[in-house]
Amino acid sequence: MSGEFDHTTHATLDDARLQLAIYTSTGRLKDARANVVAADALPDYQELRSQANAVKQHAIDHLDYYLEQFERSVESHGGHVAYASDAAEVADFVLSLAKTCGAGLIVKSKSMTTEEIDLNERLEHHGLESVETDFGEYILQLAHERPYHIVAPALHKTRYDVARILEQALQIPNETVIEKQAAIARRALREKFLAADIGISGANFLVADSGAVVVVENEGNARLSTSAPKIHIAIAGIEKVIPRAQDLATFLKLLARSATGQPLSVYTSILSGPRRKGEIDGPDEFHVVLLDNGRTKLLADAPKRQSLYCIRCGACLNTCPVYRKIGGHSYPWVYSGPIGAILTPQFMGVAKEPALPFASSLCGACAEVCPVKIDIPKVLLDLRQEVRASEAAQNHNRLERMAFRIFGWLVRHPRAYEMTAADSGFDGRWRQRPLDREGSRSAECRAGARLVESARSAAAVVP
Amino acid sequence: MSRDEILDRVRTALGRQAGQAVPLPPPARIRIPEATRETRISSLLARVDALAGRGLRAPTREKAGEMVRMALGNRSAIASNAPILEECGITRLPGVRSGITDREQLRELCASAEVGITSADYALADTGTLVMLSSPREARMISLLPPAHIAVIPGECILSGLDELFSILPNSAEITSSMVLITGPSRTADIEQILVRGVHGPGEIMVLAIG
Repeated sequence: MSGEFDHTTHATLDDARLQLAIYTSTGRLKDARANVVAADALPDYQELRSQANAVKQHAIDHLDYYLEQFERSVESHGGHVAYASDAAEVADFVLSLAKTCGAGLIVKSKSMTTEEIDLNERLEHHGLESVETDFGEYILQLAHERPYHIVAPALHKTRYDVARILEQALQIPNETVIEKQAAIARRALREKFLAADIGISGANFLVADSGAVVVVENEGNARLSTSAPKIHIAIAGIEKVIPRAQDLATFLKLLARSATGQPLSVYTSILSGPRRKGEIDGPDEFHVVLLDNGRTKLLADAPKRQSLYCIRCGACLNTCPVYRKIGGHSYPWVYSGPIGAILTPQFMGVAKEPALPFASSLCGACAEVCPVKIDIPKVLLDLRQEVRASEAAQNHNRLERMAFRIFGWLVRHPRAYEMTAADSGFDGRWRQRPLDREGSRSAECRAGARLVESARSAAAVVP
Repeated sequence: MSRDEILDRVRTALGRQAGQAVPLPPPARIRIPEATRETRISSLLARVDALAGRGLRAPTREKAGEMVRMALGNRSAIASNAPILEECGITRLPGVRSGITDREQLRELCASAEVGITSADYALADTGTLVMLSSPREARMISLLPPAHIAVIPGECILSGLDELFSILPNSAEITSSMVLITGPSRTADIEQILVRGVHGPGEIMVLAIG
């Protein structure tokens, strides 16, 4: 973990107000979930989890087939599908579409996939206005911050923080009542919805047999983003595809319950193509951009492939003793908590993010609450092994290089060579001394262990 | 072209060939509980109430129209083109606009109306959910832009839950561009996990079951 994140972690642990905010919010989400999946509330919860896991496994193991089927289904309803390898290709797609139709204003609903590729920044760089419309995301966009949590992006903000942000950005002084703050956002964003040329959404699911994009939300901003502008673009990772619309009966029962403790979120939109003949409103154009951005790399590794089953409910964050102490911004990328600890090293490479697999006490709470049964602790262990292997390879190379340098110096200095050989009984062959157990642990492993340790000790002082 | 490259990468990663067959997916899990019409209606209305909406019941269409008139008070409203609203006399109530088929005109009316009145294709008893399919009868904006939403639904359209919905409609894309499930008033808890209703969609919802 780099110095910057070490710094964020310590700053988070030292901030009593922030500690309370994280602890309270994740606690509420955690309890709400526990209530609605309890045996008396949802007797077939475990069966639903097993079914969701089996369907995801089948879909991911045959992903090429379901992507092509999805593509055909979307096109049969008059929509278009584009594939993008990375962030730049998504931005190019949106920019060229915007140019063709002379668009200047884009409204966006919350999407982790677009956070992953810094879409707003890329579009704004080219002169487009791209407005986040989820209340929490809107506040964060005004504050130039990234989401703190997968489903509750502004979980770390208090009403007083929001008041300061609204004052700075919109010159509205000292409004600390949350209802009124939300009303301010509603008014400001209503104008944007009605004026926008393009609406961008993510997708919770892509349905192969119907070509539907499924968007789940509570506020109505995703409905507005996907229905008010003349063009709707959905941007989704390729792993989001599920075989049949009927599978939604399983996934929808799990998603909202796991995320916020609601039996269903307020709005579930199942969108398939532009408006049909006779329909009064809805977009004239419907585009789906399927993003790779490293996902095919994860796919190649069969034991860790299950990381792609994630439906982004955030339940593992709320239950994780490490996330609940160090918060979302201590993690180096947009995905935080246990799922971030397994996704980020796989997307970025274990050599680049070697500390993350160690930012866990392996308590197993994440696996217990995961609605699609991803064995997160097992994937963390696999990743730890990979970190070790990559470090051993690096150490080996370092020692070897040093050995050759010393040897080179010695052969250029015959007297020293003779003395060394005589003193050490050196027989002309280099042997690598085995490192002791502590010595073999890299600085990154120790940083991860320290992080867990500080989370544990800090846990003792929180109410 | 990214499409072929990405699909190639997927196939290589999975060890599959282009066009290779796929075994059947695990059977879809659909479990429909037995529930009488009476239980469905009362469960739906109780769930709507629990979501801070208002769940009401009218014995006849005439009575339903009367209840909507009372609920509206002096507020302006826009009604969808669902035939049941006309049958209840709702489209003839003072202050209610209906019969709109033009997108721009509809959007302007929805942006200024105080109440949107619709029917719903189905409702789900176990979650208090309205199921709305976009069609010439139902536009998307009426249940979305006005600050209040009233939905009038015949008792026989109330299903037990998601499983029954997806067994009746295994593929909504065949008949509509948009199927929306609405469960309670628009809400957020983004700041301090404090619940606020009516963020972007209607903060007030009333479901009126007939029969």
